[in-house]
Amino acid sequence: MRQRLLALTAALAAGALTLTACGSRDEGNKGGGGSGDVKVVIGLDAPLTGDLSALGLGMKNAADLAAKTANKKKFVDGVTFEIDARDDQAQPSVGAQNAQAFISNKDVLGVVGPLNSSVSQQMQKPFNDAGLTQVSPANTGTELTQGDGWKDGNSVRQFDTFFRTATTDEVQGAFAAEYLFNEAGLKKVYLIDDQKTYGAGLAASFKANFTKLGGKIVGDDHINPDDRDFNAVVTKIKKTGAEALYYGGEYPAAAPLSQALKDSGQAIPLMGGDGIYSGEFPKLNKKAEGDLATSVGEPVEKLDSAKDFIANYQAEGYEDAYEAYGGLTYDATWAVIEAVKLAVDGNDGKLPSDGRKAVLEAMSKIKFQGVTGEISFDEFGDTTNKTMTAYKVKDNAWAPEYSGSPKLD
Amino acid sequence: MNELPQQLANGLILGAMYGLIAIGYTMVYGIVQLINFAHGEIFMVGGFGALTVYTALPSSLGLLTAIPLMILGGIVVSVLVATAAERFAYRPLRTAPRLAPLITAIGLSLALQQAVWMWYPDAKKDVPFPRFEGDAVNILGAHIQRGDLFVLIAAPLCMIALGFFVNKTRTGRGMQATAQDPDTAKLMGVNTDRIIVMAFAIGAAFAAVAAVAYGLKNGQIGFRMGFLMGLKAFTAAVLGGIGNIYGAMLGGIVLGVAESLATGYISDIPGMELFGGGGWKDVWAFALLIIVLLVRPQGLLGERVADRA
Repeated sequence: MRQRLLALTAALAAGALTLTACGSRDEGNKGGGGSGDVKVVIGLDAPLTGDLSALGLGMKNAADLAAKTANKKKFVDGVTFEIDARDDQAQPSVGAQNAQAFISNKDVLGVVGPLNSSVSQQMQKPFNDAGLTQVSPANTGTELTQGDGWKDGNSVRQFDTFFRTATTDEVQGAFAAEYLFNEAGLKKVYLIDDQKTYGAGLAASFKANFTKLGGKIVGDDHINPDDRDFNAVVTKIKKTGAEALYYGGEYPAAAPLSQALKDSGQAIPLMGGDGIYSGEFPKLNKKAEGDLATSVGEPVEKLDSAKDFIANYQAEGYEDAYEAYGGLTYDATWAVIEAVKLAVDGNDGKLPSDGRKAVLEAMSKIKFQGVTGEISFDEFGDTTNKTMTAYKVKDNAWAPEYSGSPKLD
Repeated sequence: MNELPQQLANGLILGAMYGLIAIGYTMVYGIVQLINFAHGEIFMVGGFGALTVYTALPSSLGLLTAIPLMILGGIVVSVLVATAAERFAYRPLRTAPRLAPLITAIGLSLALQQAVWMWYPDAKKDVPFPRFEGDAVNILGAHIQRGDLFVLIAAPLCMIALGFFVNKTRTGRGMQATAQDPDTAKLMGVNTDRIIVMAFAIGAAFAAVAAVAYGLKNGQIGFRMGFLMGLKAFTAAVLGGIGNIYGAMLGGIVLGVAESLATGYISDIPGMELFGGGGWKDVWAFALLIIVLLVRPQGLLGERVADRA
């Protein structure tokens, strides 16, 4: 009896381990393709488990879709693309391990990801040492490409291998400040961030730009992104007379924060960055009406290339939505595919022996019409697409409100 | 406007929720000296149980009528998971060194999180939970949301019922006996296995009530909600004196109010601007825990062995 129970306990424990592994093992190696083709693997690193997994799974599917589309179209003759998706659990240490795994697989010619700036900080150097191209669809920390000197105008490219289709916090914060001050006419703002690389960076950029325009930050505070009870924080906002709350962080905490704000009897909007521009935000927060968010590029629904993306995504029947970073991930993956094409074209139709070097060299030359607009990279590896859109929650859904490019000096 | 009543109410509501969860930690610890770290996940599955019932009910039924059924659904799921955990994960390890069940509890907590993540529809992200419509009610200068009234009513009712159960019923007295000395209790004819299962079940039922309160309050639940709430509730149980049921509730309320006041006021103290606000509230809450444990190592209400259950 005792032994049977022990066996059962062991089975339960094994079950637990399997469950944890499942999230990262059902990789999208279904690319398929003609025999005799050269296989090119594109790595994908994102949180596929944990509370950011909704965003991460959308990224994984979008990358998978890009590879499938390229294979179907025979976009690069003689090359079949495969996606190797790995789960970083939004943990920098796990991301660093994944980076080593990608580097040691010689078929990997480019890596798409990760979602979190803090994870990226651990991946950039190993990739740079290995000469492996990395394109992040979601990292917005300005210092990732331009170094800490960017605030004083001393931007220095940090890593030759790092590119991104996401815009920087600098652009996003400036755009949010301009929108709020000039378009919405709100001059007094309370500032909250979640103390993470993304949230704190965005809040700091917003603060700098908003005060430069003449706006006033009437108070600031920080929250723990795992918390869901924000009554104590919003009670403090009341006496400051703030006309809006700017939040640097992601939607899982932003939704209850906004709800608590409205519950406390304050009819002021919460504004955030691309981290809260998710369909989940108005779903989780019944009082989201009037809340604001900024995101990269023109509204996806307006671009023809984006319509194709949405239609193809639905046709593939993915279980999870493409979420906030699906389009940018598709573009990031497609950028690697374009670079492979350039490398192959420049080598008489064959993949060069040092594929990683050829892909990296091609990255600065690519230019194509992506899901989120025209994609090319500047001297820092940042996207040249600086168009941003402000969205407002109307009838429980995000609706585009205003598009433009912020003035930067 | 004076915000003190509001901050006290915020703390009380949060603290009552901590207290309800803390009961589960304290009862299990009192009887088998096990810190059941999977209890946060018992709380979490209770929330999903309640939500499942709500989704299954016809929407013509108002939320108020649905609540008793939701609580029942939550309790059923929580109790089933907790008793199964006791039977298959903890009981085989009862004579093993202390560390073995502790690590089992942590593993179980991960397994339950992942199970909900994988198999509950759409639970890879936070899922919406119904809330009461309508404006807040004003009580003594504090805005109280309608959903928050639930925990303010449920918590005292639960505590009265538990006090009655532990002190007046046969099983309750058996619990006290088992807590004091399991071997002697067994010799006196107390079915200790059943008592232990009861302790897990009662803790789970309280956690399910807390989960409904959590959902009504925040309008959402998620597979990770048990982690932080469980940790805080465990802190509350230690603060109040682990093993003491009234201590668990008191510890929860003290912790909730401390967090609320730390968020609201510490940054207003001159020279403390950098150490106040939401980012530091947990630091202050744990500082309070350390101070209390320095002065009273047994916790606020510890050592009242007679009520230990």
